[in-house]
Amino acid sequence: MAHEKLKLNQYAILAVVSVSAPLGDTLLDRGMSRMPAISLAHAGALVAAVFTPWVIAGIALLICFFASYITALSWADLTYVLPATAFGNVLVALLSRFWLHEQISLSRWVGIALITVGVGFVAQGPSLTERPAVEGSR
Amino acid sequence: MGPAPEVNHWAEAAMIAAVVLCSTTGEVLTAAAMKSIGDLDEVRAHSGMKGAIRAVVTCPLFFAGVGFLALAFFSLLFALNHLPLSLVAPASASLTLVTNAIAAKIFLKENVDRRRWTAAVLVCIGVYLLTH
Repeated sequence: MAHEKLKLNQYAILAVVSVSAPLGDTLLDRGMSRMPAISLAHAGALVAAVFTPWVIAGIALLICFFASYITALSWADLTYVLPATAFGNVLVALLSRFWLHEQISLSRWVGIALITVGVGFVAQGPSLTERPAVEGSR
Repeated sequence: MGPAPEVNHWAEAAMIAAVVLCSTTGEVLTAAAMKSIGDLDEVRAHSGMKGAIRAVVTCPLFFAGVGFLALAFFSLLFALNHLPLSLVAPASASLTLVTNAIAAKIFLKENVDRRRWTAAVLVCIGVYLLTH
């Protein structure tokens, strides 16, 4: 049977995927932008970067993201999960506007509108591609 | 601590391409692995949390996917160390949406219909505008 409509707990998992990924990336950026430039000749320094506080916090969030992401992929298509979870970028932008009182440019508002419409589009459709029944299982 | 040295456009493109290619390969392999395992909620209902974890960690395809996602992660760290987030985030996030849609249609045989293409393109442009 195709899993056309998601259950409440499945929407909750998509929400965790949405929020943890952009927040984790932001923490990683904060950690990496404070480090001196790393060259390919000293690529081992990338491993050392993993043990700095901001990067550790970013990785913890990204582990949450990955656990919920693979769970979502077990019952929904990749082309459903990825656009649906992009809504996290909108949440982060809205939080920065109304919580941190940062200014949002016109192009960013357009971006928010496009993502919202795109997520609405994909959410209206089935979450999983229907596969033909395997011979002998009918 | 001084700013990172300037990099030329080819180096910028190569760094972003590495993130996008590794990420797309990793996501397609991971999605294939999870489809082969089946609905994790049902696996957990039958075999418990240990059974669900065992099903995931005994799937070779899953480790292939994680390997490429790890490569994408280190490529991202490397890129962030040389390029501003305002360039790396929109370029890699938006391009990955489109490359994933193409790869999912070809390799995972997903039904990427007009609705999903429209969503992928709208979200791709939206993510670019939002993160730039």
